[in-house]
This record gives sequence, C-alpha cells and structure tokens, in this order.
Amino acid sequence: MSIRSTLESIGEYALLLRRVLMPPDRAREFAKEFSKETYKLGVNSIWIVTIISLFIGAVIVMQIAYNINSPLLPRSTVGSVSREIIILEFSSTVICLILAGKVGSNIASEIGTMRITQQIDALDIMGVNSANFLILPKIAAFVLFMPVLVIFSTFMGLYGGYVFCAISGDPSPDTYIYGIQFFFRESLVWYSLLKSMLFGFIISSVAAYYGYNARGGALDVGKASTDSVVANSILILMIDLAFTQLMMG
Amino acid sequence: MIEVQNLIKQFEGKVVINNISTKFKEGAVNMIIGKSGSGKSVFLKCLVGLLRPEGGKVLYDGKDFLKMKQKDVKKLRRNMGMLFQNAALFDSKTVLENVMFPLDMFSRKNYRERKKRAEFCLERVDLLDAANLYPSEISGGMMKRAAIARAIALNPKYLFCDEPNSGLDPKTSQLIDELIQGITKDFEITTIVVSHDMNSVMNIGDHIIFINEGVKEWEGTKDHVINSDNKELNEFVFASDLFKKIKEAEETGQETRNSER
Repeated sequence: MSIRSTLESIGEYALLLRRVLMPPDRAREFAKEFSKETYKLGVNSIWIVTIISLFIGAVIVMQIAYNINSPLLPRSTVGSVSREIIILEFSSTVICLILAGKVGSNIASEIGTMRITQQIDALDIMGVNSANFLILPKIAAFVLFMPVLVIFSTFMGLYGGYVFCAISGDPSPDTYIYGIQFFFRESLVWYSLLKSMLFGFIISSVAAYYGYNARGGALDVGKASTDSVVANSILILMIDLAFTQLMMG
Repeated sequence: MIEVQNLIKQFEGKVVINNISTKFKEGAVNMIIGKSGSGKSVFLKCLVGLLRPEGGKVLYDGKDFLKMKQKDVKKLRRNMGMLFQNAALFDSKTVLENVMFPLDMFSRKNYRERKKRAEFCLERVDLLDAANLYPSEISGGMMKRAAIARAIALNPKYLFCDEPNSGLDPKTSQLIDELIQGITKDFEITTIVVSHDMNSVMNIGDHIIFINEGVKEWEGTKDHVINSDNKELNEFVFASDLFKKIKEAEETGQETRNSER
C-alpha cells in the first residue's frame, strides 16, 4: 500500500465520518435501528466474551501463580497482578481485538453486501443519507454497549481466576479475593472503559468504511471484511500503545 | 420535465457518455436502448445522481440537478422512484416493511395511514399476499414487483427502471412491462427505462433513445424504430430472429401490395 493510497483512504474515511456524524433524518427510525444493532452487535457478543474471559482469566491467574512464587511476595500478589492485567489490558484491549474479528467483519460484510446489491444506491435515490442511516446506529450501539462488555469481561476473567484458585487451592480463594481488593484504584476501571469505547468507535467506523466502499462482487465483500479486521487489529494495537503512554506515562 | 444537455461522463479518461442531449417525454415511457456496455446504465445513473458527470446539465423542470443545493436535491429525490436491475430490496425487511420504508422516512402520516398506502401499492402490483414474506422467500418477478411498489410509495413524478426484465422469463417480463406502463399512465409519471429487450421496447416504449458507444445514435417512436435507416440501430434491432421475421413479413407484405396495385 503506497503512502498516497493510505492518505487517500484516510481522507475518504474522514469524509465518510462527516456524513455519518450528522443528526438522523428520522429519530424514530434511528431508535429502531439503534435497538436492533445493540442486540445484534452487543448482546450477541456476550457469549463469546463470557467464554474467552472465563478461560483466559483462569490462565492468567494460573501463569502468575506459577511464575510469581517467591517467599518475599505474599500470595495475594497473584490476585492484585491478575486484576491489573485483566482490567488494564485483557478486558479492554484483547477483547476488542477479538470483537474486531466478530463485530468488525459482521459490519463490513453486511454493509458491503448492501453496497454490491445496490441497496445503498436505493437509499441514496430515496434521498436518505445512507451513511448516516446505516452506520450511525451501529457506531452508537457498539460504543455505548462496549462498557457493558468490558465490565462483563472483567468480572468473568476474575471469576475464571477464582475458579482456578478454588480447584488448585494455591493461592486460596480468600487470598485471591484479598489480592483483588488490595490497593484497588477505581480510576483504572474508568481508564479501561474509556479506552474500550474508543476502540468500539474505531472497530465499528473502520469496518463500516471498508464495507461502504466495497465494489464488485462476493469476493470483494470478503476482501473488505478481511481488510477491516486487519486494519482494526493494527489500529487497536497502535492506539493502545499511544493511549497507555498518554494516560499512564 | 427532464432534459439532458451535452452530458459527458468519463471513467479514468475513457469517455463513456459522449455529449448526449435529449428531452424526455412527460407522462410517458421513455426507453433508453443499446447493446451491453453502450453506456445506457451509466447514462441513467447520471440522470438520478448516482454518478456525477464531467460535463453537461441534467435539468429537472428547468433546474440543473448538478448545481442544486443539498436541500433541493433531497426534495427532488422524494419525487424519484427507482427500480434496480436486481430489485435492491432490503434483505432484513419484509416486503411490506420495504414498501413502507420511504413512507416511514419521509411521510408525516401516522402508522395506520402509512400501512394503508403501502398495502395499496402492493395491491397495485398484485403482491399483497406476500406482504409478510422476506425478499429471500419470493421469486425474482415478485421482487421486481415489490421494488415497483416501493418506488411508487411516495407517489413520485419520475420512475427510473434499470433493466427491469433482466433474469425474468418472457411471461413475467411482459407482466412487469404492463405494470410499468400501467403505473406510468395511472399516476401520470415520467418513466425512463433502460433496456436491451426489443420486446419491451415494442410493448411499452413511447419515446425511444438508442445509445451506441456512449453516443446518442437515434431518437424517435417505436413506430419508426423498425423502419429506421440508422445502420447501428438496425444491427441492434434485427439481431433478434423475431424482429428479422417481422421485417421480412413487412417487406413481403409491401411487395404484395405494390404488385396488387
């Protein structure tokens, strides 16, 4: 990809966002689409977030329990370190990387299919702002549901660790819970939620951009979907690095 | 009234529409015909604003569509209905919801009135029975009829049809043609149809424009299309065996009449 085409894509993305971020033509229709998208993109993602968080949470606690095994450190450290990892990186960043695959590809392929089957042209002909009508409810629904998914993921991740402690007994569940509560800073949760909402915006808008600009046939929709996942993954990692430096540095 | 003046459209330097000017007949079925790749669909897309031409004017009641303010474009679009080649119905909505969609977006009527209007449109295209089905559950012909119902929901002044008969059997094609013609007359709509189907042209075409390689080659009525001396048009029209036979029959009849005299 040349610098010129990258700059062109950024310009096109900005122009698309300008059309998306406008007041909806009809509030009633927006509300209808918003509730549909909340269910489709948000509620339908709970199961995958639950399964992944539960297992990864258990694995994080397992790894830390095996690797931080020093008589100089209390066993409650396992709980504290796991909590920090889960809140700061796992629930907000790793879950977003997974959702970039699930939700991002869903958005890109849905809008891409609408593009190649002329459904978007049909909206434009009617005088509907197709970008606003199709994309804004998706962005709004996903960004606003993101904190719910992150909180859910955090709880399930910590619960996965608890289950491991209950089975292995090292550290004991009580020590683990004490570690989770020890020197807990509420600001980290806000940081995690804010970061996840930013990622939610990136995932939904970038995927929508790829779908909206799909041209050709089924193969091109598949390519748009794959490209959106790749672009989203790279963007999430880059923004995570910058955001962490900005907030923590 | 729709008028086009010196329309030019290029793709990466290649001229696809070359200086086309024409006036469409009001309240009639205007047909744009030509071979595949001749530029007729591009021409239609320029008319409805899906493509922006590099030169020329598209005038709706004397106002240049390409220079209109966004607000006026939106207003004009509410007077346009379009039937796409593949119907372009919204997959996630039922047939009734598809027809109600433009009403939901732009009509100030209450739900009951909007539904009544949508059902009226579906009844007009004889599709009320399929109101609660999804596009994936109906045939291609039914999809086209549903798309026509959606296109007329807001009672438009202009109806644009891009290859309305593509992928349909001859009987269904005829049905769609009759529907387009009927709606044009009943609602006094100016209809513009892009087609390469000569049966359609002879069935419903009131005003015909023949485009060849981006250039308007011929313009006239269906009564003159068979007897035209335009070489390109003749090649296009008589590519079909049926029309060759009609022409031969006409010539034989003419000779007989001449010898009788």
